[in-house]
Amino acid sequence: MSRPAHGEVEAVYRAEFGKVVASLTGRFRDLDLAEEMAQEAFVEAVRRWPIEGVPPNPGGWLTVVARNKALDRLRRESTRQARHEEAEMLTAHEDPAAPVTSVTDERLRLLFTCCHPALSTEAQVALTLRLLGGLTVPEVANAFLVPERTMAQRITRAKRKIAAANIPYRVPRDHELPGRLRGVLAVVYLVFTEGYLPSSGDDGIRDDLCAEAIRLGRVLRELMPDEPEVAGLLALMLLTDARRAARVDAGGALVTLDEQDRSLWDAAKIAEGHHLVRECLRRNRPGHYQLLAAVNAVHTDAATAADTDWGQVLALYDQLYAVTPTRVVALNRAVALAEVEGPASALVVVDGLDLDTYHPYHATRADLLRRLGRNPDAVAAYDRAIGLTANPAERALLAARRDALP
Amino acid sequence: MTQYLLSVWHDKDATPEDIYPDEKEREASYAETGAFNEEIKASGNWVFAGGLHSPSTATVVDGTGDEPVTTDGPYSESKEQIGGFWVIEAPDLDAALELAARGSKACRGKVEVRPFQGE
Repeated sequence: MSRPAHGEVEAVYRAEFGKVVASLTGRFRDLDLAEEMAQEAFVEAVRRWPIEGVPPNPGGWLTVVARNKALDRLRRESTRQARHEEAEMLTAHEDPAAPVTSVTDERLRLLFTCCHPALSTEAQVALTLRLLGGLTVPEVANAFLVPERTMAQRITRAKRKIAAANIPYRVPRDHELPGRLRGVLAVVYLVFTEGYLPSSGDDGIRDDLCAEAIRLGRVLRELMPDEPEVAGLLALMLLTDARRAARVDAGGALVTLDEQDRSLWDAAKIAEGHHLVRECLRRNRPGHYQLLAAVNAVHTDAATAADTDWGQVLALYDQLYAVTPTRVVALNRAVALAEVEGPASALVVVDGLDLDTYHPYHATRADLLRRLGRNPDAVAAYDRAIGLTANPAERALLAARRDALP
Repeated sequence: MTQYLLSVWHDKDATPEDIYPDEKEREASYAETGAFNEEIKASGNWVFAGGLHSPSTATVVDGTGDEPVTTDGPYSESKEQIGGFWVIEAPDLDAALELAARGSKACRGKVEVRPFQGE
């Protein structure tokens, strides 16, 4: 046993919390109990590890401690006969030395439960971050800039619904899996995008949320190695996050892709992302996240902005539009079209889209108008975009573009 | 096993003509709903079910005071009103949602799934 290094307990906490909660939920079918006892096990770790040293298998230690605490709790509270019997029965089979089995499956069950479509998207995100990501309630509240009390209520209400409505604790059956997996991926990507481009608050980027989303993406990839969309989502997040250091300038303004200092990009993340994209190409079962990842692979493959293979980007957006025919995809496709056919063709497409309340729509339009020399129209479009975004880094970029116009 | 209320909701002012575009469609819906009822009886999910008369036939009684007070009309003035319901028993919410989807398709209405308190 060794003394914990600075930050080690916290690192173990993030890595193991979800496993402990999942293992206990699998055993006791009680999310509240699992969450509380996992929390208590970590409190005990914080108390004991500095004195006794970090056990060789911290996750196993935490799970056994949490499980024993749960059994103690059930015994103490066994006013109801059923619970009493349950605790007795479990004690009879208790073998503290037994390895904790199929933790990976338990975590996957927990993830699908947290992201059940019967829960609101907000609740899905909050539960996933709390129970699987191990963020504390104040951390989750802070991440989404809502009062702690509101977040605590949201999580409590969601857990109560899971219990009362008997939301199952299992991986969906094959015929339900594609739809349910889409929901899980959407939650993870939502955590990432909220980190990468926060919709409000003073930070341009929230590193903690990006890192947490990537960590969840890795867990998912470990649990479902044969799902190409899982690999696609992880690749997309890695390739996007790789550009983080170049994305905001010293003054806190957003820097667009073509103006970023590419030497600041994270080569390791790009290499990992490219590897995943190649794997997706070999599988040849394209999907939404894989195609977005492929677009980002093309961008991160170019040594300079001028080297970007825009024809390839446009072809990928055509494929993406076939899979996800939304106005937002059409808008992003128009950005690639501007590079291939020029801003005039792109503006025709953009003007045909009904996206008046979506700030990237006005930002894209403003840039096209600027490139066409239609300065007064461009200023108006920049103003509209600035008025619709609360992200400070983005506002700074848009204002600089507008003010640079003659 | 958990018991669930599957309630069918329609627009308050919806007439049968609004729900079923023509007589044939109404007959088809009744037949499908009847078949669905038989299926969930056979599968052991059925507890109880019934269709209700229109909300305008409802009466509210308030017995919380000294004397019961009776008023005309449905309790809630909301735009949507319950038109009928099933009480079913299912192993979990996913199973209940599957049944609700089938019931909704058969009766041409949106279905709310709500668990009963246990014990």
